[in-house]
This record gives sequence, C-alpha cells and structure tokens, in this order.
Amino acid sequence: MKIKVNGEAVELEKELTVSELLVKQDVDMPDMVSVELNGEILDRDTFSDTVVKDGDQVEFLYFMGGGASVRF
Amino acid sequence: MIIKLPKELYQKLLKHTQAEFPNEGCGLVAGAKTGDGIEVKDVYTMTNLDASAEHFTMDPKEQFAVVKEVRNKGYDLIGNYHSHPFTPSRPSEEDKRLAYDEDAIYFILSLKDEEPVLKAFSIKKQKDVTQIELELI
Repeated sequence: MKIKVNGEAVELEKELTVSELLVKQDVDMPDMVSVELNGEILDRDTFSDTVVKDGDQVEFLYFMGGGASVRF
Repeated sequence: MIIKLPKELYQKLLKHTQAEFPNEGCGLVAGAKTGDGIEVKDVYTMTNLDASAEHFTMDPKEQFAVVKEVRNKGYDLIGNYHSHPFTPSRPSEEDKRLAYDEDAIYFILSLKDEEPVLKAFSIKKQKDVTQIELELI
C-alpha cells in the first residue's frame, strides 16, 4: 500500500500502527513527536492503536521548545 | 558550513522577538542549500504557547501548517529560532535537553544587551553544541 509521509511517497507491505511507522521512519524519540494523520493531529496516547491505511497522509515533527530557563 | 541570512529576514526575526519581549519569541526557519552552505529563504513567526520569559513551546498545529507551506515553496525547514530576553546567545541546558531534532539548526537571538546578538548552532545528542558560521547578506 502507498501512503505519504511528510510529503514523500512511501510504500508499505502492510498496514502499520503510527508507532510502528515512526520506528520504520527511524524516529529516535517517538514520544517527542507530534503526528498529523490526514490533517488531524493525533493524541500521543493513540499512536499504538491508530492504524495507517492505504492512501493516508502522515506528517510528523519533533516537539520544539526550550528556553533560557535561568536568568544569569 | 555557512548560513547566509538576508538582512530583511533578520529584521523580521528581530522585530518579532522584540515585540514579544520580555517573553521569549520563537519561530521556524526555511532555507535552501547553496554551494557552500544554506541560504535562509524565510522565517515564520510562531506562537510561544508558554508566553514566558524563560521558556518557549511551539504550537504543533502552527508547525504543521508552516512545514507544508515551506514544502510547497520548494524550500527545506532548516531549523528554528527563539530569543533569550535576558541571557546570552547560547543554548541553555533546557535548550540542549529539548533539542530532539539533530538535523535542525537552532538560532538564538539574545536581547540582553542594547545590541542584539544572533548565533546559530547545531545540537547533537542533546548536549554537543557546535556554533555555525552565520553571515548577513
């Protein structure tokens, strides 16, 4: 089946969960990514239950944050 | 590697972070590879969900929208920026701890002195910081 991941066509042999897809995409820290499936942002708790199907469009990106934390 | 930053985009970034002061301002940076480095093509101002002088968190919904816009323009998302209102332009311990994307370039603009200071860094393994040469063009 064919899906799109971050705009790139990806061919999968079978349906995968979002968690499995992130592993396949070499995402080192899946707990720190946000995932959008067909335009809807997924709750992180659902990554292991949500199945990616033929034709789906998946976007993922890392959490971006930080800050000076402590005043010098 | 050299990052070339057009002066008008630096001004956009600067104005945004000054407008957010004393809170930290943050945004995303799009660019394109050149022969000897990367040229910044646009900067995208983002909401700091923390609305804090000491922290920033980007809104994933805004991030996804920008990522698609950048892609449609044929550019790459090369990294992000944020300001340090009261501290120097260098990654804090929190910046390093939260630097999950090893491919990203982290631009930090210090507003602590009268003259703003912008520097660019790569951060590997959430601890190894390397400053990247930055040239205004």
